[in-house]
Parts: sequence; C-alpha cells; structure tokens
Amino acid sequence: MKPKAADKLATGIIVFFALLIVAVLLGMLGFILFRGLSHISWDFLTSEPQTIREGGGIGPQLFNSLYLLILTMIITIPLGLGAGIYMAEYAKPNKLTDAIRLIVEVLSSFPSIVVGLFGLLVVVQQFDFGFSLFSGAIVLTIFNMPLMVRVTEQAFRSVPKEQKEAGLAMGLSKWKIITSILFPVALPIIVTGTILAAGRVFGEAAALLFTAGMTTPHINFSDWNPLHHNSPLNPFRPAETLAVHIWKVNSEGLAPDAAQIAAGASAVLVILVLIFNLLARWLGRALYRKFTSIK
Amino acid sequence: MKSNQDTPLLLRKHRTEEWIGRGYTTICVLFLIVIIISIVYFVATKGISTFAINNVSLSDFLFGSTWSPDDNKFGALPFIYGSFLTSLLAAVIASPLSVCAALFMTEIVPSWGKKLLQPVIELLAGIPSVVYGFIGLSILVPFMRDTFPGQGIGVAAGAIVLSIMILPTITSIATDALGALPRNLKEASYGLGATRWQTIYGVIIPTVLPSILTGVVLGMARAFGEALAVQMVIGNAPHIPTSLFESASTLTSVITLNMSNTVMGSVQNNALWSMAMILMLMTFVFVFVVRLLERRHKL
Amino acid sequence: MKLKKLLLLTLTLAFAVSLAACGNKDNTSGTTTTDKNADSAETTTLSGSILASGSTALQPLVEQVGKKFMDKNSGVSVQVQGGGSGTGLTQVSGGQVQIGNSDVFASEKMKDAAAAKELIDHQVAVVAIAAVVNPEVGVTNLTKQQLVDIFTGKITNWKDVQGKDQAIVIVNRPSSSGTRATFEKFALGTKTEDLKGSIQEDSSGTVKKLVTETPGAIGYLALSYLDDKVKAVQYEGVDATVDNVISGKYPVWAYEHMYTKGEPDATTKAFLDYFMTDEVQNGDVVELGYIPANKMQVKRDETGNVTK
Repeated sequence: MKPKAADKLATGIIVFFALLIVAVLLGMLGFILFRGLSHISWDFLTSEPQTIREGGGIGPQLFNSLYLLILTMIITIPLGLGAGIYMAEYAKPNKLTDAIRLIVEVLSSFPSIVVGLFGLLVVVQQFDFGFSLFSGAIVLTIFNMPLMVRVTEQAFRSVPKEQKEAGLAMGLSKWKIITSILFPVALPIIVTGTILAAGRVFGEAAALLFTAGMTTPHINFSDWNPLHHNSPLNPFRPAETLAVHIWKVNSEGLAPDAAQIAAGASAVLVILVLIFNLLARWLGRALYRKFTSIK
Repeated sequence: MKSNQDTPLLLRKHRTEEWIGRGYTTICVLFLIVIIISIVYFVATKGISTFAINNVSLSDFLFGSTWSPDDNKFGALPFIYGSFLTSLLAAVIASPLSVCAALFMTEIVPSWGKKLLQPVIELLAGIPSVVYGFIGLSILVPFMRDTFPGQGIGVAAGAIVLSIMILPTITSIATDALGALPRNLKEASYGLGATRWQTIYGVIIPTVLPSILTGVVLGMARAFGEALAVQMVIGNAPHIPTSLFESASTLTSVITLNMSNTVMGSVQNNALWSMAMILMLMTFVFVFVVRLLERRHKL
Repeated sequence: MKLKKLLLLTLTLAFAVSLAACGNKDNTSGTTTTDKNADSAETTTLSGSILASGSTALQPLVEQVGKKFMDKNSGVSVQVQGGGSGTGLTQVSGGQVQIGNSDVFASEKMKDAAAAKELIDHQVAVVAIAAVVNPEVGVTNLTKQQLVDIFTGKITNWKDVQGKDQAIVIVNRPSSSGTRATFEKFALGTKTEDLKGSIQEDSSGTVKKLVTETPGAIGYLALSYLDDKVKAVQYEGVDATVDNVISGKYPVWAYEHMYTKGEPDATTKAFLDYFMTDEVQNGDVVELGYIPANKMQVKRDETGNVTK
C-alpha cells in the first residue's frame, strides 16, 4: 500500500473509533435519560420507596447519598489535606517517603469490594458500628483519601517557588507559609480534585452493600436531632444510597414498576454525576480567577 | 527554661506553629499507614485461615476446578481463570479504542478533538458501575442473545461492559503521554517526508508505548476488581468456560453472590476471604508492574 | 485568615458530630436501655431498642411490622438491617443484634453446633417456592423426577418433558442460597452440582427477568414474585398456590426464621409475640406475599419431617 493511502486509511480508522466512543456514550446516556426522565417527578424525588405497591420514590435514598457524601468529606478532607501537605512540604526525599507514596498508590488501586469486606469485618462487626452511615463513610474515606492526598500534593507543588520564598523572607514559620500563602494558591486545584473525587461516593455500591447496608429505616424528616433514632441526621442508622437502591430494585424489586424506578434512579444518579463534573470545573475556574485577580 | 526566656517571642510562636503543623500532618500520614496495615492484616488472617484452620490444601484451592462447598470442595481455579480472562479481554478490546481516542485528540484534530472527547471520557469515568450493569443487562445481554449463540449472558458480555468501564483510564493516560511528547520528535519525522500515519506508527507509538502499557495495566487492575457490573452480566456458573458466550464466574462475582449468605467462620466464608486475599495480592502485582513500566519509561 | 477559620469550623463540626454519634451509640446498642428520648412512658411500659439483621427476603416484612410496633409502643425503636441470612446468624450469635433473620434453620448454616443450639427459633412466616419456566416452552407440569433430571443435566431439551423442541437453560441460585437449599431439599430431594454453562443469580428479580427473556429458561421463585410474565409449573400435578401450601399438598416451602440468642428480653419478646398476632399474620404477612405461619396445617422440623 502506498504511504498516502495507508495514512488515509489509518486516519479513517482512528476517527471511526473515536466517534464510536462518542456514540457509545451518547447511546448510553440517551438510553438512561430516555427511559428514566419520564419517570422523574418532584414526587418521585421526595417520596418514600414502596415494597410492593406502585409509585415508590427515592427520597430517603437521595438524602442518604448526599448525607453520606457530607459525612465522608468531613472525615476525608482534613485527613487528606494533612497527608497531602506532609507529602508536598515536610517529606524528605528518602525511603520512608517512597514507601508512603507506594501506600497511597496501593490504597487507591484496591478493589472496592476488598475495602468493603474490610469494612464489614472491622467497622461493622469488630467495632460493632453495625450497618450504618458511619461505617459507610469510613470505607469511602479509605477510597477517597489517596485521591485527596495526590490532589493536594500536586496542588502545593504547582505553587511558584517565589511565593514561598517571599514568605520565608518575611520571617514567617513554615506552617504559616503553608496555611496563609500556599494554601490559597493551591485551593482551586484542590477544590476541583475534591469534587471530582466526591463524585465517586455517589457511584460506589459494592463496598456500601457490606457497610452502609441495603435498608433505610423509617426516617422522620421533621426531627433533625442527630441523637434520635429516626432522625435523618443520625449517622448510626443503616442507610441505602441511590446506587445501592438501583442495585436492590433491579435485583429484588417486588413493586410492579421496579424497572421504571431503576431507570429513573439511574437517570438521577447520572445527572448528579454530570452536575458534579460541571460544578468542579466551574468552581475551580471561579476560584482561580478570584485568587489571581487579587494578586 | 532560661533559653526559653531568651528566645524572642516571635520565634517561640513559630515553634508552636511548626509543632502543630508538623504534628497534624504526620498524624494524617500515620492514619494512612495504619489503614493499609490493618487492611492487609485482617484480609490476610481471614484469607489464610482457610488453609491454616480449615485445612483446605492451598494447591487444591488454587488449582482445583470443582467449587462445591457442600462436598467440601473449594477449587477456586474457575474464578481465578474467569477474572483473568475477563480483564484481559476487556484490555484487548479497550486498548486499541483508547489509543485511537488519544491519537484523535492529540494528533488528528488537536484543535477541537480534545473539546469533543475529553468530556466524553470524563463522563464515562463518572458513570457508576451499577448503571453500567443495568445497561449491560437491559441492552447488551438481549443483543448478544439474538446475535451470538448462547444465552447472551456470559464472558463476552462481561468483558464488553468492563472494556467500556476501563476505557477512560487507558485513554487519559495515553493522552497525557502523547501530549507530553517533545515537539521536535514529530517535526523531525515530518521533515523527513513521513506521512502522519508513518510518524504515529514509527515514532510516536514506540516512544509512548511504556506509558500506554501503564494505562493498560491500570485498566486491567480496575477490571480485575470490578464487582457489581460484571456479576450482573456474566452468569456466575462456577466452571471454566469453554466458549466466550458461556456463563462463568470471577473472583468478585462469587464473593458478592455468597458473602452475605454464609456465616462468618464457616469454611465457605473463609474461602471467600481467601479469594479477597487473592484480589488484594493481585493489586500488589499490578502496582508493581506499573512501577516497573514507569522505571523503564524514565530511563 | 478566613480560610483558617473555615478549616477550624469544619474540624469542630466533625468533632461535634462524632461526639454526638458516640452518645447515641450507647442508646442503640444496649438491649433494654431506657430510651431517654421517649416521653410517652405513661402509654406503654415497653421501652428499649431492637436491632434485627439478616435475610433480605424477610427484611421488608420485619421493617413493616417494626414500623407498626413502634407506632403502638412509642418508647421502642426497631431497626432492621439486611446483610443476608449468614450475616444475621453471625450477628445474633455474636450478640451484636437482638434478632437474626434467616431463610434457613440455623443448624444448616452454622458449622458450630453449640453456637447454633444457643439460638432460639421463632418461625414467623412461610415462603413457598415454585419452579418457573419461560412461557414459550409449553410445559405446565413437571414431576419430581423430571425436575431432578433437568437440574442434574440429564434432560437438556424441553421435548423430553412434553414441551417444545428447545434447549433447556437453567437459571440457578448460588450454592449458599437459602432459596436453593429449600428447592433442592423439598422439590428435588437431592443436592445438585452446578452445571457447566448454567446461570446463577442470587436475586429473585434477576432470576425472573432472565427466565422471562431467555428462550427455554427454567428457574425457581418465591410465590410473591409470580405474575403472568413467567409460567409457574405444577409440581407432581399440584398447583403452587397458597392454599395448597397451607393444606400441606404442595411441599416446596420453608419457614422464615427470626432467631434470638437465648430467651429474648421483654421488649424483643413483645415484638415477636406481636408478629404472631392475627393482625400481623393475616395482614402484613399476606400483604407482602408470605404465607402466615399460624395458618399452616402441617408442621416441619429441622430434618424435614412433616407432621399434621
């Protein structure tokens, strides 16, 4: 074959495959939204699920997903930031640092089911937290922390050296430099990374089956005292998230409209992930603009 | 105490701040270390007890092909085989697609290719695995049933679902590698009169191959550990499949199917933990291979 | 400076929540700790919290009955968690929950016979299982022998059991499944090996979906999952109906168990007693597709012996 013809053919194939990927995604999104959107209504988003009757909603599940996300982030952000700052600013280039880096890498590649089983054995059984939001949040923290550490480290490293040196010249302590000079500059990247990592919380199901459980007890949405059993805020109640609910409805659903509920819930989940993606970018850009315009 | 009085106030404040900062960040890192040690410890003790307490022989477990807990036969080979088969197949399907997508973004139409494909890839990465499983069971399985022999459910369906799931991993790493390529490399090739394809094939691909392989290995690692989406479409028969359209199991699918039905401490439950241990050990292997590839890349 | 404050606030919040959580923990895990939050001590003498976990098949029923029980006794909190029969038995045996829900007798699941003996069985409902086929295969009745031959792979085509000329596709359950144990024990009378190429799904919804869609498929489902999408076949000429189960004509059924470790405390006992009242047995139990345990005209013990 002539080089020119080969070039054309290869280009054609590459373009075809690239467009195929776009088509696959559009096809899947189309399928989910087409099947699901018609089922989404305010009532569907807020009402309680039904076991055998039609017309069940996903209200508690939606709330659980969001609340679990917040709980996870409350644990993950301080820990992830701290470890990331250590890696970027305090760690010396030695064997120990290499080992920690390896740990972060291994931790982020663990299959979610292994971490979920660990949660079942240690958090749910050993420490007797039961199937609860708290157990789920701990397991999700194990997933999210490596991501946070990496994002934080990269963000701090991307800060220009001059800014740090300026701080040193002003006679500030290292910790002061980190918190008041480096952190604001690194923030846009950290925020973007954190939100993207948070998106994973929404989608995770395998690990939560074993930790947060597959049930939502009756929640009293007028009682916001986290100490009460029925309170939505009680972190020690079992909680089924949206992703787990899709799994359950799809596999065990007795309600006559189980298929539509699964489709509707899938659509809600995908839309949430979309929102998260857009939010991450927009917020990252907005913060970046704000901090750069000040200087 | 005397030296403390001599130290200027500012410096003392510095020391406390330093102490807080260093202490806090160190605790965070310690937390990471504690987590990994306890995961390895707990999974390994549970996993080893199959052999140490229940006296199942290790070779029977690894190479036995009969999984029949009622008859005390705990051969996990069909699951190990299934996991390797599906993740390899997924990598075989996803790799060429991913490399094409990366080339499309960086070489063919750098002007708008990235704008088109980047969001697509990110969205693919963001779609939750249960949704992949749901789509697989609703669209892919009926399609396979009508098009190929067999019941639609099976190894091929599992591998296809996995390949879409790992596409973003490989694509984003390949794109990064292609984007980081020094410009003069390409220009030299074009300068010698090579076509674009010749440049891609002769210069670009060989240079970024280690990075692409890194992406492939990371993708395989993800496929190896994926549980729910695979379990929904693979069929879960505890046998080594003889055809791609036959029902089979993976390590993850057998764990999700049986873990909640068995009592902790029973042999079958322990055998499931042994499989979780294999998943964990394979993670180490995947990370090790990635490190090897990265080292080669640096040289 | 603002940022630092924000960080501090987050940390304080996290701390506060975890503290609050710890305080609450004490309330839920105690067996009969008086609930401080309950202010209706006059209306009821019962108080405390009940934690139940286990079988996902039984879970909707326990949840619904628990909700009603809480309406009647405002000082009591009933929490139901899933996790599967194995988890339920593990946890009740370990004392982490008050009630362990199970689809099978504890002695069948637990290797440790002494631990199984400690558990007291409360049979609250009955679940019957019917063999179901894809409506296209044209079979309405299967004998025990035919079922055994199908599930052991001796018969592989529907024409051998008076059906269409179509290959049989088996949709089974995993070997640890309670539904499978019941089906094998009372329909087949024998344990079966997993056939090569057979499909295994743990969840009834997926089994139903696959039997509906796959030509030539056979599986088995609890009666509550049956509708016109799948064809429930007769077993030895007997229809799988609630009446036939109650009268003992249809043999493929099993109890749903709620286990306690030793004698239950007062609150848990009241809950279990409430479960056996006609209100629940004829109401919620029937509504959710189970068969009332107190209606059964036959009884069965652990070894499978049936008595009138």
